[in-house]
Amino acid sequence: MAGIKVRNITFKYPDSEAPVLKNISFDIRPASWTAIIGHNGSGKSTLARLIDGLLIPTTGSIEIDGVRVDETTLGIIHQQIGFVFQNPENQFVGATVADDVAFGLENRQIAPKEMEKRIDSALEMVGMTKYKDVEPINLSGGQKQRVALAGILALMPEVIILDEATSMLDPLARKEILTLLKKLKDEQNISIISITHDLNEIELADNTIVINNAQIVKDGPTADVLKNKKLLTEIGVGIPVSQQLQSLLAARGINLPNKYLNLEELKYWLSQQLQ
Amino acid sequence: MAKSAVTVTNLHYTYPNTTKEALAGVSLTIQEQDFVAIVGQTGSGKSTLVSLIDGLLQPVSGQLKIAGLTIDASTKADQLSKIHHHVGFVFQFPEQQLFAETVAEDISFGPHNLGWSERKIQEAIDEALMRVGLPLELKTRSPFALSGGQMRRVAIAGVLAMQPGILILDEPTAGLDTQATNELLALIKKLNDNGTTIIMVTHQMEQVARYANRVIAMNEGAIVADTTPQQLFSYPDKLTKLSLTLPASVEIAQFLNNNGAKLENTEPLTLEELANEIVKAMEKNND
Repeated sequence: MAGIKVRNITFKYPDSEAPVLKNISFDIRPASWTAIIGHNGSGKSTLARLIDGLLIPTTGSIEIDGVRVDETTLGIIHQQIGFVFQNPENQFVGATVADDVAFGLENRQIAPKEMEKRIDSALEMVGMTKYKDVEPINLSGGQKQRVALAGILALMPEVIILDEATSMLDPLARKEILTLLKKLKDEQNISIISITHDLNEIELADNTIVINNAQIVKDGPTADVLKNKKLLTEIGVGIPVSQQLQSLLAARGINLPNKYLNLEELKYWLSQQLQ
Repeated sequence: MAKSAVTVTNLHYTYPNTTKEALAGVSLTIQEQDFVAIVGQTGSGKSTLVSLIDGLLQPVSGQLKIAGLTIDASTKADQLSKIHHHVGFVFQFPEQQLFAETVAEDISFGPHNLGWSERKIQEAIDEALMRVGLPLELKTRSPFALSGGQMRRVAIAGVLAMQPGILILDEPTAGLDTQATNELLALIKKLNDNGTTIIMVTHQMEQVARYANRVIAMNEGAIVADTTPQQLFSYPDKLTKLSLTLPASVEIAQFLNNNGAKLENTEPLTLEELANEIVKAMEKNND
């Protein structure tokens, strides 16, 4: 299980003057779910690419499971990290679903027999076994994103980075993918880092890191971050339904419990009051 | 009496090289200044229907009447393209179609195609930018140097510049953050208040609840509901069958009543309405 240590990183794109990220440090525990949130352009996608070694920090260091990310360790790093992008359409290379899942394995020169096994088990994990021989083009958005995920699971990573991976899905498909990821995290001990502005996705995270103007402005338990309405509004994430409803009820004179309630907890609390 | 903006009669459409009908006999009337939401699963026929209304596809059979034009299987291509004088279409992720070197040039593309004079085009560019809430200084900038939300506004300005009476939007807020989403919806609402007929394809039931006066649900190429949002949400089982969700306000109200509460209105369209219902029910409990 891989933990991640980020120390004092600053990153500047070659053609720009201001750094996208300034002096960022944080830790991610093994087998935890971390949401990274912030405005469009806050540097959160850059951060994900730095962790994956797709970009190298201008200064500072990143360690994955004790290995420092740099040009010489990318091979090892990419064995530990899988990256799911926003648009599944841009990620397909194979003629069939199985071919597509095989792509990453072929690049790693895995023996054909072992490959077969891994493809089957990855497709099973994402519930796409019966689509094995289907052309990816004939799948729905949610199914495509599951296949992209299977391609990554086949490589047995310890960390999965989701870069707005559910933002193009319809609400039902999004719910399915998130439920699946939650299960993978719990059963396979995979760490998840999700770059997102979807509140449902944020609510699944153990910890949330908020980035604004190239810096970390908050890093703590998700419940603490989601309580902070001012901060959420500032970074354009919006306020969770549970918090909006609690404010509306408080404004109407209802006394609410003095702690963070997520939507499920609020629904149960309300239903007790209304018996 | 409201005038009809679009009348569709028994419309059928099948994509080339396929056998299954994408639209299997659709009829509907949209009134001027309606705000219509079209909902349904991927593949239900929503996009096909709006593409036909925009003249991007030609019906296999059946008829459309839009702004005095009648379109059917025998309509000539030049006649079909006249629809673009009346109907604007904002595609999904419209910023991906930006292409010009400057914002002004990008916005002027549609008006040029309509053969407008240079002066009219310049006025239309300024007005469209103001309508989407972007400063005129951006005119000379590259659209690719803008933020995602701004790029989408430029793309929408390009459609608005043609001053369509009917505006079709396909998932206009997909991929935008909450703030950009709310701003864009406020803009669409304002256009609607000022007389534009809105046809919006969406998966977001909160948006249907808050903005649409009418909702059309599609499944397998047919219309399965054509009603008010409130009515549609009062059949949660039907929605589940269509793989559609309820807006949070309705979902919470129905959960509460299924668990012993007695809210009078189980389809509150906003969280404010829901809060009022909850307070009313609590007061009654205390009496």
